Amino acid sequence: MRRNKERRNLLGLEVFGIVLGLIWLAPFYLMIVNAFKTKREIFSGVLGLPETLNIGNFIQAFEELTFLKSLFNSILISTLSIAIIILFSSMAAYALNRNKSKLSGVFFFVFVAAMLIPFQSVMIPLISMFGSVNMLNAPGLIFMYLGFGCSLSIFLYHGALTGIPKALDEAAIIDGANRFQLFWYVIFPLLKPISVTVAILNVIWIWNDYLLPSLVLGEANATIPLKMFYFFGQYTKQWHLALAGLSIAVIPVIIFYFFAQKQIINGVSEGAVK
Amino acid sequence: MSNRSPWFWLFLSPVVLSLLLVVVVPFVYGFLFSFTDWNGLVANSFVGFQNYVQLFQEAEFLNSIWFTVKFAVVTVLLLNAMGLGLGLALLVTRSIRSNNWLRTIFFMPNLIGGLILGFIWQFIFINVFSDIGNRIGSEALQGWLSTTSTGFWGLVILTAWQMAGYIMIIYIAYLENIPKELIEAAKIDGASSVQRFKNITFPLVAPAFTVSMFLTLSMGFKIYDQNLSLTNGGPFNSTQMVAMEIVRTAFSDNEMAYAQAKAVIFFLIVAVIALTQVFYNKKREVEM
Repeated sequence: MRRNKERRNLLGLEVFGIVLGLIWLAPFYLMIVNAFKTKREIFSGVLGLPETLNIGNFIQAFEELTFLKSLFNSILISTLSIAIIILFSSMAAYALNRNKSKLSGVFFFVFVAAMLIPFQSVMIPLISMFGSVNMLNAPGLIFMYLGFGCSLSIFLYHGALTGIPKALDEAAIIDGANRFQLFWYVIFPLLKPISVTVAILNVIWIWNDYLLPSLVLGEANATIPLKMFYFFGQYTKQWHLALAGLSIAVIPVIIFYFFAQKQIINGVSEGAVK
Repeated sequence: MSNRSPWFWLFLSPVVLSLLLVVVVPFVYGFLFSFTDWNGLVANSFVGFQNYVQLFQEAEFLNSIWFTVKFAVVTVLLLNAMGLGLGLALLVTRSIRSNNWLRTIFFMPNLIGGLILGFIWQFIFINVFSDIGNRIGSEALQGWLSTTSTGFWGLVILTAWQMAGYIMIIYIAYLENIPKELIEAAKIDGASSVQRFKNITFPLVAPAFTVSMFLTLSMGFKIYDQNLSLTNGGPFNSTQMVAMEIVRTAFSDNEMAYAQAKAVIFFLIVAVIALTQVFYNKKREVEM
C-alpha cells in the first residue's frame, strides 16, 4: 500500500517536472519557430510551426551581424581574459596561501572585499582613466577583466591550495627547482579541477557581458552581445529578422552546453559551495 | 614565501596592479569626484554635499531605488523558493530517467546573457502573450511591458526563468551532502516527512541559504542587461533600476559627478545589505 502511494507520488512529480521542463524550453521554441517565418506569418500567429523552412532570415541576420567577425572578437576576448585570469590568480593565490604573515592576510582581505563593489560604482572613473591613456580597446578590456575577475578566482584557488601539502613544495625546492618552476610544474597541474571551475564561471560572465564592452569597444570590434544590441536597435518590430539573429547567437552556446553540461554544472556548483 | 622574498611580490604583482588600476583607484577617485563638479575630464571646484543633496530630491532616482528594492525582494523570495523546490523535487526523483534532462534544461537559460534573453522575452511578452490573449479572449495578456506593473512582473518572470536553475544547482549541492543516516534515523523514530524537512533538511541546508541569498540579493540589486533589453526603463523611466539610472545619468546626460554620487550611494546600499545578510545568516547556521 505504502509503496504504491510513494510510486504514485513519484509519477505525479515526474509528470509535473516534464510539464515544467517544456515550459522552460518554450522561449527557445518560440524564438526558433518564428525565426523561420515571414513578417506576415508572424502577424497571423506566433505559436505554430512555420509554413516552410525558410532560411532567408538567418542568412540576412548572419550578414547584418557580421557574425563571424563578432564571434571571432568574442572568442578572442574571452579566451585571452580567461587565460590571464587563471594564470595570474592562481599565482597570486599560491603566494598568499604559502605566506602566513599579516600582510598576506591583508591582501587576501582586500581581494575578497573588492567583490562587494558593484561595477557601476567604479565604472565612470575607470572609463575616464583608461580613456585618458588611450586604453579603451581590446587589450584594455582584457586587463579590466583581470581586475574584475581576479577576486573570486583568487578566493577559489586559495581554498583549493590549502588542500595541497607543503611537503610537495619542500621536496621540489630540495630538487633544485625555483619558485616559478615549482609552481608551474608541481602546483599548477594539481589545481586543474579548480581551474576548470574558474574558467567556466568566468566564461559565462565574460562571454555574455554587455555593459563593459559597450563602454570600451567601438562597433568595429564589437563582441556578440554588443553587436546584438546594435542589430536589435535597427530591426525593432522586424521580429522575423531579430529572432533569426538571436537564434544565431543562442544556438552555438546551447550546442556547447550539451557537450560540456556535466563540467559546467559541476563547475558552477563547486564555485558556489566553496 | 616570506614578505621579503622577491617571488612573493612577483607572483602577486599582476593581480595587485590590475585590481589597483581597475577597482581600487577608480573607487577612491570616484568617491572624491562625487564632491566636485567633475565632468569626466576635469573638476573645477569642490561642491561639498551638493550632488548628494540633489539626488535625494530627484524623484526619478528615488523611484529607481524603490523599484529596485521591490524587484530584489520579490526575486529573492521567488528564486529561493523555486530553487529549493526544484532541488528537492529532483533529488526525490533521482531514480527517474527524465531527471538528468530536467536538471540540464532548468539550468540552460543561465548560460545565455541577460541582454539576449531580454530581447527574446520582449517578443514573448508582447507578441506571444497578445496572441494567446486573442485566442482565449483574455484582456490581461494584452499590452505587456507597456505599463509599470506588467514591466515589473515581466522582469521578475524573466529573472526567475533565467536564474532558478542556478539557485537549484546550489541547493542540490548542499542537499546531496546531508547524510542519509540522519533521515533514516528520523524515519525510524517516526518523524513525518514535514517534520523531517523542518527539523533536519532545512537547518542543514542553511549554508545553501546563505550562499543563494547573497547571490540573489546582489544579483537583484545590480541587474542591468535584462532591464535594458526587456523594458529599456519604460514606460517613462518607471521601470528603470538603479544600475541603469547611473549609466544614463553618466553617459546620456553627461553629468559625471552627479552620476558618481549616485554610484556611491548604490555601493553603500549593496555593501550594507550584503554584509548584514551574511552576518545574520552565518549566526543561524548549524555546525555539523
